[in-house]
Amino acid sequence: MAKPKVSMDWLAGCAGCEMSLLDMDERIVAVANLVDIRSTPITDLKVPDESGVDVGILSGAVNNTYNEEVAHRMRSRSKCLVSLGDCAVFGGVVAMRNFFKLEDALKRAYVETESTDSEGFVPSDPELCIPTEVRAVSDIVKVDVNVPGCPPDADVIFYVLSELGQGRIPELKGDKLHWH
Amino acid sequence: MATQKITIEPVTRIEGHAKVTIHMKEDGNVDHAYLHINEFRGFEKFCEGRMFFEMPSITPRICGICPVSHHLASAKVCDQIVGAEPPRTANLLRELMHMGQIVQSHGMHFFELAGPDLLLGFDADPAIRNVVGLIQANPALALKAVNLRKFGQEIIHTLGGRRIHPNFAIPGGVNKSLKASERDGILAGMAEAMATTVAGIAIMKDWAEKNREDIDKFAVFPTGYFGLVNPTGGLELYQGDCRLIDQKGNLLEQFSASRYLDYISEHVENWSYLKFPYYKKMGFPGGVYRVGALGRLNACDRIDTPIANEELKTFRALNPGKPVENTLHYHYARLIETLFAIERVGELLNDPDILSNDILNTKRDFHNEAVGVIEAPRGTLLHHYWVKDNGQIERVNLIVSTGHNNWAMSNAVDSVAKTYINGQTVREGLLNRVEAAVRAYDPCLSCSTHALGQMPMILEFIDPSGNVTETMRRD
Ligand code: SF4
Repeated sequence: MAKPKVSMDWLAGCAGCEMSLLDMDERIVAVANLVDIRSTPITDLKVPDESGVDVGILSGAVNNTYNEEVAHRMRSRSKCLVSLGDCAVFGGVVAMRNFFKLEDALKRAYVETESTDSEGFVPSDPELCIPTEVRAVSDIVKVDVNVPGCPPDADVIFYVLSELGQGRIPELKGDKLHWH
Repeated sequence: MATQKITIEPVTRIEGHAKVTIHMKEDGNVDHAYLHINEFRGFEKFCEGRMFFEMPSITPRICGICPVSHHLASAKVCDQIVGAEPPRTANLLRELMHMGQIVQSHGMHFFELAGPDLLLGFDADPAIRNVVGLIQANPALALKAVNLRKFGQEIIHTLGGRRIHPNFAIPGGVNKSLKASERDGILAGMAEAMATTVAGIAIMKDWAEKNREDIDKFAVFPTGYFGLVNPTGGLELYQGDCRLIDQKGNLLEQFSASRYLDYISEHVENWSYLKFPYYKKMGFPGGVYRVGALGRLNACDRIDTPIANEELKTFRALNPGKPVENTLHYHYARLIETLFAIERVGELLNDPDILSNDILNTKRDFHNEAVGVIEAPRGTLLHHYWVKDNGQIERVNLIVSTGHNNWAMSNAVDSVAKTYINGQTVREGLLNRVEAAVRAYDPCLSCSTHALGQMPMILEFIDPSGNVTETMRRD
């Protein structure tokens, strides 16, 4: 049987979830043997295979128009979509921004901050994405597996990947369901 | 021929979200290349109203690779807000945790992120040019790399209870002392960590020898250099004065971080969500400088641990009497700092005060404003908070490590694109070199985009009226 293909991408997060994945340490070799690792932020394929992958993993919250595109693309190309970490599961720390007006947050960063020179303004080049309200991944696409934690423990990530790698949907309960 | 634009999105094997656009002239040469940092999160705003002592838990969520830097910079602000200088042991333990982070971050960057370019080649098949390809090509080395990272992460875990987003520093000190058994556990891993780092240096030197031509034409340019130094001018990663030198190596300024606003300003460009810090007196872009491993090794007088200092001499011989300007030597500089961090772990653990229980100063003398500084793996990190009398955060300003390198990264992208790319010879491996220019700075775009962030590769060819005429993608 062909190894299940796994793709991963990150939205608005801190990379802590990916670091926790690396915290599997030497078990990463076992995972690399079990699944076919395709596009991820730490490999050089840029997007999930057009022909689809078995498991798509997203970390980070949906925070701008680019995140939306990435989330929709991952959903449409994955059989099973995993939200990894609090940011993806419910918005996480970055969702604190929703308590403020987006314009005020941008103005603070690019105009008002004490170290910004007198010519500060909010960048708006067409090459840049447009910030939006902060949302969980499941707010915009259907998610099959939620893995909470900030970040989830390496042991939990290992369990989730091992189960998915063997074609099973992981069940998160008891010890495996931590909230930090 | 129509003018064209090439877009690389996302840039991979860097932390966070960025894309590169390369604008071509009609004759097929590169006109200009831009690095767009494409995300904003807004920590500077949404921390307003939180209690100041929550900040050492909130701000690490800016970055999961260097959460310890944010945790400690934030705790340093909190120490000053409550007016309690941490006892000596608390500072030793915080520094120990920080050294663990330097080892894991630099180690991971060299072997797992930059390593595939160096060990498998810039032109290797992108499907295997990654850490998995590395595991398959050289499993023994890959395992050593995993263990080096683990050594650093386990120091953080031992002190802070978790490897990522630890909970350790509190205003006036730390919340846990070190046990003798824990000290011995860390000491037991030192020899292997040192051996792996030395092996990494041998790999780097061998690669540099074989690729000298690339190194000497790959984004070599003058800038100032910036980093913390200790009271006698030695390399400092935990606490010291900020030092700025000019492109020839002359001292421009040395100052306490609390006065950073007198020296540093940030410029905004429309095409990036990351601001561009510069030395105020010289303006933008005249006053741009580089931070991180290369910046620090150029700015310091020496390193106060013997093995790293010997290696520093070899590093300095690359450009005698002047700063080292080659972007690709960031990799070498990072490994030298890793030597220093491991040696420093040994010094800290052998300090007679390290096991003391005197870890918290409970004196209280409230202040409304303070600045905290630390050398994060990627460069100088500044946290500045204004706090109301009731303890709520009124305002926050952050200048993150990768921000200081923004101009240099953008210039490196432009320089490498102009050196390697023309309309006739666009190949994936050449575009990978453009990405490698970004990667050499080990940008932490999560940090950078605390303020909004994106990094993926698509090539778009655009005609003069802005229409996409052709798209190449790497997938
Ligand atoms: S859940 Fe936590 S660790 Fe994961 S990306 Fe969000 S802030 Fe970082």
